[in-house]
Amino acid sequence: MQLSTRHLLGIKNLTQEDISLILSTAEQFKEVLQRPVKKVPSLRDVTIVNLFYENSTRTRFSFELAEKRLSADTINFAASSSSAAKGETLLDTVNNILSMKVDMVVMRHSASGAPHFLSQHIPAAIINAGDGINEHPTQALLDAFSIKEKTGSLEGRKVAIIGDIMHSRVAQSNIYLLNKMGAKVTVCGPPTLIPKYISEALGVTVNYNLKEALEWCDVANVLRIQLERQNQVLFSSLREYSLAYGINRQLLDSLHKEIVIMHPGPINRGVELDSDVADSKQSIILQQVENGVAVRMAVLYLLANRNN
Amino acid sequence: MQVLLTSQQLSDTVRQLADQLIKSHTDLNDVVFVGIQQGGVVVGNDIVSNIRQISTAQKIQYGQLDITFYRDDIRKEILAPDTMNIPFAIENKTVVLIDDVLFTGRTIKAALDVLLDYGRPAKVELCVLIDRKEHRQFPIQADYVGATVETRKTDKVKLINNEVVLIDN
Repeated sequence: MQLSTRHLLGIKNLTQEDISLILSTAEQFKEVLQRPVKKVPSLRDVTIVNLFYENSTRTRFSFELAEKRLSADTINFAASSSSAAKGETLLDTVNNILSMKVDMVVMRHSASGAPHFLSQHIPAAIINAGDGINEHPTQALLDAFSIKEKTGSLEGRKVAIIGDIMHSRVAQSNIYLLNKMGAKVTVCGPPTLIPKYISEALGVTVNYNLKEALEWCDVANVLRIQLERQNQVLFSSLREYSLAYGINRQLLDSLHKEIVIMHPGPINRGVELDSDVADSKQSIILQQVENGVAVRMAVLYLLANRNN
Repeated sequence: MQVLLTSQQLSDTVRQLADQLIKSHTDLNDVVFVGIQQGGVVVGNDIVSNIRQISTAQKIQYGQLDITFYRDDIRKEILAPDTMNIPFAIENKTVVLIDDVLFTGRTIKAALDVLLDYGRPAKVELCVLIDRKEHRQFPIQADYVGATVETRKTDKVKLINNEVVLIDN
């Protein structure tokens, strides 16, 4: 069994078999993480660069930990403290790093398509850790892993993705993945934050009413309001957003069933999620983070490139 | 294709191995059994169910071990892992590793590496159904052997449909 691709650029170009293989491999890595020695020697001979052109705590730590648990050698690059600040191009930076015998690139960039561009010019395996407003494939994979772990399967599962769908790479990757795996998706948020033709383009249902969306779903994946990606004001205030689309205890208790709450982090507490929801039993936010390491280990293991 | 053990011979051999394992350990409570994926688990299931029938010990602990992440030929091919399940402590226990065929010894070497990441057993023993003795590449020998067979290096010995067969290439 092998993946149909040499890179993980997005969920869009993965097959159903690829996704199943990554998720089942991640289950075995999750077992590794419960052992006294949480480490395997699989990637002893592989060197990985974490190339982060955009800020990240969770994803970068998660990748770095996954790499270390696989015994890979790692180097970290942050754009702000590197020669990129002196004007070096992306391709030059990467070629310089690769000439030091690096096998894989984990990359985050604010430009959509940056990893795709890179994959056409360099021999190393590339893993997209988030590109602009395009995709964040490992987040979608860990979300799927967490849904499967919590509810048993993805097939037929009803997932509501709530919040800023327009600027969210997490939403896009999640929609691709859930559609491929037979789950049903509704997106919910203010009309200004939901792309106009999303149902035609991505095959999802749109509902602007939060309560209805929650009543319908088994799992609510609540997104962060991304203030840094909005050049224009798309809702009048955070307070207004929170009143219409924030999830609080009272709203959850008024539903006729218990739903699972997810969030990719970092949470704006009191905006999209109230603390008593984020920290409740229904929330699997910290399990998502835990599963992130196992899922990223699976991706790195299955794509390990030893051509150099 | 040549049949090395018929299904009757196979079940007799498994029974003998179970007998030997019981006789060699005065207290089975200090012993845990671990089958190596995938063939070793098939044999391990049979051996352990025999031991459970024959022995008077209260609880026979049995787990499954997968070596995929520890293979020394990982550079050649990436394989999807099998299930790993060792739901008990191996610290200070005697671990009996069970495999179907002992060939080069590389699988057992990897299995020992996996095992040591779970703890420090008092002793590790090896029980195999078939020993292809002349092809060892590592200094590894089994403590309990069902049958020793002479093979060519290119042959394959497999457990198929409850029989042990030799496939020559």
